[in-house]
Amino acid sequence: MTAKITEETKHYPADLFELASQADIVSDNVLRPEQSFWQDAWRGLRKNKAAIVGLCIIIFVILLAIFGPFMNSHGYDEQNIARTNLPPKVPVLEHLPFLGLNGVDGRGVDQYEKKGITEYFWFGTDELGRDLWTRIWQGTRISLYIAFLAATIDLIIGVAYGAISAFYGGRTDNVMQRIIEVLVGIPGLIVNILLILILKPGILSITLAMVIVGWISMARIVRAQILKLKSYEYVLASRTLGASNQRLIWKHLIPNTLGPIIVATTFTIPGAIFTEALLSFIGLGLQPPTASLGTIVNDSYKLLRIYPHGMIVSSIIISLIMISFNLLGDGLRDAFDPKVRK
Amino acid sequence: MIRYIFTRIGYMMITLFIIILLSFLLMKALPGSPFNDERLPETQKELLYKKYGLDKPVPVQFGIYLSNLVQGDLGVSFVFDNRPVTKIIQERIGASAILGFQAVLVGTIIGLLLGILAALKHNTIIDYGATVLAVLGISIPSFVFAGFLQYWVGVKLGWLPIAFWNGFEYSILPTIALAVGVVATIARFTRIEMLEVLNQEYILTAQSKGLSNAYIITKHGIRNALIPIITIIGPLTVNTITGSLVIEKIFSIPGLGEQFVNSIITNDYQLIMGTTIFYAVLFVSVILIIDILYGFIDPRIRVAGGE
Repeated sequence: MTAKITEETKHYPADLFELASQADIVSDNVLRPEQSFWQDAWRGLRKNKAAIVGLCIIIFVILLAIFGPFMNSHGYDEQNIARTNLPPKVPVLEHLPFLGLNGVDGRGVDQYEKKGITEYFWFGTDELGRDLWTRIWQGTRISLYIAFLAATIDLIIGVAYGAISAFYGGRTDNVMQRIIEVLVGIPGLIVNILLILILKPGILSITLAMVIVGWISMARIVRAQILKLKSYEYVLASRTLGASNQRLIWKHLIPNTLGPIIVATTFTIPGAIFTEALLSFIGLGLQPPTASLGTIVNDSYKLLRIYPHGMIVSSIIISLIMISFNLLGDGLRDAFDPKVRK
Repeated sequence: MIRYIFTRIGYMMITLFIIILLSFLLMKALPGSPFNDERLPETQKELLYKKYGLDKPVPVQFGIYLSNLVQGDLGVSFVFDNRPVTKIIQERIGASAILGFQAVLVGTIIGLLLGILAALKHNTIIDYGATVLAVLGISIPSFVFAGFLQYWVGVKLGWLPIAFWNGFEYSILPTIALAVGVVATIARFTRIEMLEVLNQEYILTAQSKGLSNAYIITKHGIRNALIPIITIIGPLTVNTITGSLVIEKIFSIPGLGEQFVNSIITNDYQLIMGTTIFYAVLFVSVILIIDILYGFIDPRIRVAGGE
């Protein structure tokens, strides 16, 4: 059949034919615009309402932590015995009695009237007359700072360790994994407590104590991911084309590991905030007058039965931060996971 | 399997050795003598120094410390009139063990029920409710929850005692406070596992065989979903013990956690070290036992190990 056609075509003049060129062959038609890694993740995340709410709350809290302490003239360590333990009082909202923001304490006494104070303290004051609004946002700032710092250091050490271990494999991997196996058995809180006993509580010592075992989980996640990616053909193709190890790690392996890394970091932050608060609660927190959310919760817990406002406000804020980061983390995990995507 | 167990025990020993070394070096790094008690006569002090080998060079001291440790001697507390640390731990561990056991038991049962229910009623109001509860339970710090529980249920409503340890009703509030995290973690995990199992083809096969729904869910669904949950029991127990440090302090329970927190506040270093090592042994053994159990329970792992 084919031969017959060829026989027939012989009779057609040559100018009816045109030479096919490689450039004219269209193999793929990209109909939709290309999506970058971030656009793709954002598209997935945007569908998750809970995660977006979490993200908005986080941004809002960060803004308040930055600007909150400047919103009135009080300093976070400014004591005044004339105005101790004032309940919260907020303009406008004070007219809605069920909110409890009208300056009336648990026994129905208007403390502002009694003490002759005309100023409004939005979150009230503590037992030394310090303005809780300033103090809580200052504390949030420090808690977030510790958490972000710890998460960043975890990220750097964990990614480097995991990537090197997985990429070089063999003996290097073996030795590095044996070290991890020993370290992973050390209970985190115990090391935190031991280190802070030596170093004395402070922002850096608390961060360091958390980082010292914190990076391990990140290293394990990165190693597992890179081991998987390493066997893929595009890595082999790149290597065949002569790409250096540095290029392979930084251009191919790390970017494709970004999803799990970001998710792990998002979950590290609430963990760090919780650990810092827990340490404060067992007496290893920051020393006064410096405050973190943990120390404020701890201080106001002692006053809970008489003046509950401090504990209520600080607990709501610490819980809100933890919930938001967990929601965002869940959302990001789904957004980066191609299996979940529809 | 035997080889795996021995390797794991080997790592556990190295880990513990590092923790003990760290604790020991810390003790050496701190100033002062453990026997700075004026009531102690000079000769007595010397005897104590001899007994704990404090007159010898540091590496030798570490050796002595280790050999004492192996014989179950963790030193003496400075604050409690030189009472042996092991005695204090023995007295304190009871309340902590009861509290921890109750919290893990109650938390696991409620968590499992909640998780299974959420998976069976997937994408209904029950599922969403359980998910919200789980997120709240994981996010809200246990001490915040405990504080408010104590305030509202204990002080305002006056239903249950808010402190001390004189019987079962004293353990209810602390158990609830400690169990919330367990419930949330188990419920979340069970829900995901259960949803995955229910999508498997053997469930479809069972359905097409005409088996009843209840039979499929209990015999095929839950049994398969439960296997991976064993893996989180280990970390969960560790978290519960950690959480009990604060919960015991809040509810003034005479347990090991409360003792540990107090020893930190009073700088009772020998007691801190002893308790730290005790906790470390506990944590590491729990994780090891769970890992080994998992290998025995999950048939898939056993097959992989046999090859």
